[in-house]
Amino acid sequence: MRRRAGAGRWRRAGRLVALHAVVAATAVATLIPLVWMLAASLMPAGQATEVPPRLVPAPATLAHYRTLLAGLDVGRAFANSVLVAAAVTAVSLLLNTLAGYAFARLRFAGRDRLFGVLLAALVIPGQVAMLPLFLLLRELGLVNTYLGVMIPGLASVFGIFLVRQAALGIPQSLLDAARIDGAGELRIYWSIALPAIRPTVITLGVFSFLGTWNDFLWPLIVLSDARRYTLPVALANLLGEHVQDTELMMAGAVVTVLPVVLVFLALQRFYVAGIVTGAVKG
Amino acid sequence: MTGARRNPGPWFVAPAVLAIGLFFFVPVLAALALSLTDFDLYALARLTNLRLVGLENYERLLGDGVFWVALRNTLVFVLVAGPLSIALSLGMALLLTAPGLRLAGLFRTALFLPVVTTLVAVAVVWRYVYHPRFGLLTQALAAWGLEPVDWLGDPAFALPAIIVMAVWKNFGFNMLIFVAGLQSVPERLYEAATIDGASRTAQFRHVTLPMLAPTLVFVAVITAIGYCQLFAEPYVMTQGGPANATLSVVLLMYEEGFRWWSMGYATSIAFVLFVIVLALTLVLARSRRAAGEAVA
Repeated sequence: MRRRAGAGRWRRAGRLVALHAVVAATAVATLIPLVWMLAASLMPAGQATEVPPRLVPAPATLAHYRTLLAGLDVGRAFANSVLVAAAVTAVSLLLNTLAGYAFARLRFAGRDRLFGVLLAALVIPGQVAMLPLFLLLRELGLVNTYLGVMIPGLASVFGIFLVRQAALGIPQSLLDAARIDGAGELRIYWSIALPAIRPTVITLGVFSFLGTWNDFLWPLIVLSDARRYTLPVALANLLGEHVQDTELMMAGAVVTVLPVVLVFLALQRFYVAGIVTGAVKG
Repeated sequence: MTGARRNPGPWFVAPAVLAIGLFFFVPVLAALALSLTDFDLYALARLTNLRLVGLENYERLLGDGVFWVALRNTLVFVLVAGPLSIALSLGMALLLTAPGLRLAGLFRTALFLPVVTTLVAVAVVWRYVYHPRFGLLTQALAAWGLEPVDWLGDPAFALPAIIVMAVWKNFGFNMLIFVAGLQSVPERLYEAATIDGASRTAQFRHVTLPMLAPTLVFVAVITAIGYCQLFAEPYVMTQGGPANATLSVVLLMYEEGFRWWSMGYATSIAFVLFVIVLALTLVLARSRRAAGEAVA
């Protein structure tokens, strides 16, 4: 009897070791392209294409980053990306929280029907709107402008939906107390509702920032002047001329990827919560 | 004005509704009209050159071999990459929620990281990973004694190569949803099954899978919808080649619309995408209703 219990313990230990080995191996395999990207970006020219492959730069150099920033205007593309992503995040947070809160907690005629119409947008792929939107922005003189890049992201149905779900959970007594104190509706939204749904607001902000930063098709369509390119467009463009310069291209990829990875790592908790809520309630 | 003050609701929603209406719903309706015209470079220069052509664009679509190639590639991509991504993400979700796993949070972050990266940037990285001589993959396979393959240059391998990259990029997203789904299965169900003497495999088949079914359908449909919109990978890695082997519906739409300025024709391509996405959404809605009835 004791021997059998011992064997069971060994089998359990073996299974745990195997479990950790499989998970760790998959995690490492998943990270390899990203680790190689970072390593190659620090290698002297030509080292990333050596056979057999290297994973450690010797010696490490920041030369490619310097070339990118000084000679190839990637610094400008970086600034463009920061500007566009930050502005879209700020504006869309304001518009989506105002609308989401009102759809949840303010009564007005046609409210639920209007929300239903908005939800229909979730079924329509964005590409359908792109061609006419381009023509519309052309009439408005917004092609090849920062505002033109931002326009599709100014408000989002998914964002309004997430805020509405969260706002439905604000205790009515909280809102009533503020109304009795004579607070106006805007004041209630700003000082009571927004703080009450803070995690959702952060989640939405992260989604919006990462989504705008990573977006490719729309900026590619709208921007024609290289000085206004966002990073993904600039990087795809760079590939055309520098496809042979592996280390330089990897430095460009790092500059593009690193900010979103850092934002994600810092605010991971909110991002994950948002995906799970979106999945469960969507 | 006093009415507005008494009822602020419409003013709260107005900015967002206007933005979405003007920059999404109006263009979608305009797209329907645009797809019935021969809008091209001449119309772009002078709107009087625009002609209404009825369903001609859609007729042309049916007879356009390149469109069928793009549609076929997109469907192959969805039907292969989708199940692969789901299988990998479900497998990893099961391992991540396995009892006794240490550092689960760290592993989860590592496996999820590709999801947040910029698609264009990692597509550039994978272009080099697939390089027929220096690429990491080629060299790793060579270490196993396998012949080098020109992954992105060979029509037989280009689409599979993009599929592998897309699965790598996306499986972490589905994995997170599965982890949440698995954690919401009540522990007592497993306890009951254990008391009844059910093996681990039996527990997976008769407890986990049925409880996970709604999550599975959801993940399958959003994965399919996302993969239908394949664009940046072929744009960056292959430009749709070689010999149109990786041309996708959205890439074709982009080229027709914004390279050749055949915007009427390109819009009809966009509507094909719309129909596919709509059909997938209806599948989701229907199976959710079926699942709801089964529970009730």
